[in-house]
Amino acid sequence: MTTTNEKNNIHFEHKQSAHCENGVVSNMLNFYGIKLSEPMVFGIGSGLFFSHMPFLKVGGIPVTSFRPLPGMIFKRLSKRLGIKFEKHRYSNPHKSMEALDKNLQNGIPTGMLVGVYHLTYFPDPYRFHFNAHNIIVFEKKDNTYLISDPIMEGYESLSYNELLKVRYARGLFAPKGHMYWPKFVPKEIDLKSAIKKGIAHTCKDMLTIPIPMFGVKGIRYLAKKVRSYPKKLSSRRAASYTGQIVRAQEEIGTGGAGFRYMYSAFIQEAAEIMQNEKLRELSFELTSIGDLWREFAIITGRIVKNRNTVDESYDKAADLLLVIADKEEIFFKELNKLNKSL
Amino acid sequence: MKSKDVPQDDANMMQGKFREPVYSVDEKGNYTTVKSVGWDAKNEVMQDAWDNVNDRIEKARQNVIKGKSSPIAYYIEKNIMDVGIVASYMRIWKWRVRRHLKPSVFKNLSDEMIDKYCEVFGVKREVFLNADLRNTEEKQNINDNN
Repeated sequence: MTTTNEKNNIHFEHKQSAHCENGVVSNMLNFYGIKLSEPMVFGIGSGLFFSHMPFLKVGGIPVTSFRPLPGMIFKRLSKRLGIKFEKHRYSNPHKSMEALDKNLQNGIPTGMLVGVYHLTYFPDPYRFHFNAHNIIVFEKKDNTYLISDPIMEGYESLSYNELLKVRYARGLFAPKGHMYWPKFVPKEIDLKSAIKKGIAHTCKDMLTIPIPMFGVKGIRYLAKKVRSYPKKLSSRRAASYTGQIVRAQEEIGTGGAGFRYMYSAFIQEAAEIMQNEKLRELSFELTSIGDLWREFAIITGRIVKNRNTVDESYDKAADLLLVIADKEEIFFKELNKLNKSL
Repeated sequence: MKSKDVPQDDANMMQGKFREPVYSVDEKGNYTTVKSVGWDAKNEVMQDAWDNVNDRIEKARQNVIKGKSSPIAYYIEKNIMDVGIVASYMRIWKWRVRRHLKPSVFKNLSDEMIDKYCEVFGVKREVFLNADLRNTEEKQNINDNN
């Protein structure tokens, strides 16, 4: 989908993506002539991860996450491709809007962080106080800003006040008017080296962090926790704790496999760029691990559905997590080995 | 997951506003995205999360009716906030928000403070002050949480 701003000659192409950070980067780089798919951005930026931190709670429920902290993909990718970004925060909301207007007048599509709770075009069930959502504003018409939100299928728009409100949402990760745009984009990018660095980083994160809450170890740790939920918590609470894992795993539109499918798609694309058949075979391995994550989600869905009765499925869910952990350990070891030989 | 197996279980979670691109494998083994309206497993856990929210709203409403807490407690839950988020929107300390949860403190709040709360909660002053929560239709619909 494309639109043209005649006055400023902005021709901004919007492509929907499964995850906002990848999507914004992919759409923005596309504007500057660098074509990278969402999985490519995700892979180079080492977006795959696993962590379970029982002491970190949101809404009273321990947080499990299948990706690094917000902003990491962005940071790693720009470093690995040699793209430099201009970044600004403004303590004065109206100044931040002025700066945005100036950017748009100069024909610069501008990325920014927003809170989703007040995002008017979002479906209500998705509107929690989550403040690390990324969007691109690419045009201003009268008092309306045209938005490329990677989660949405088409363009959206927000009024001055609506945009101001989401840019100054408060709470955890408050965006404080943060906005960014590329100030240097290299003519030639070294995709192969960036891919290798991205893979090496992900393998390291999944295999070697010496704290049991992260990577493959974290999955085993979570298995232990899930097994204990029905013994330690009320059946309702136990179900919600387990349900949160699936909500993180599904995020938006990743196919319910905690980004494992998206990473497989990246490996597949990388195989083509590297001309390596073995890499392609490995992508099938990860796809089947993704299928197991889906199975875990289905068991959990059932637990949550029967939340008011004692459920026997917790052991089954925990066992499955252990199988997944073993398989992922083997997978990332092989990927690491192959990556070193590329 | 094969592209043809991408679930299309619609529970109106996206209210028809978008469909999600789901990564899956086509017949030739190549990755592609298929648009999906939803998946039962995910719908179930999202519904559960919203049920939890609604339970908390109901509990807060009962506490306000019984005079155990001020209307702020109710609006915090209704807006899916917590004391920390409200305090940062209000630009006051958390302990002050906690104090304002007491009906005895609430009734002496300045007009200015009340207006600020109304703005944060997106509610009219007369509703905020005079609402008889007994009459409020409480069971929030998942598709009508605002």
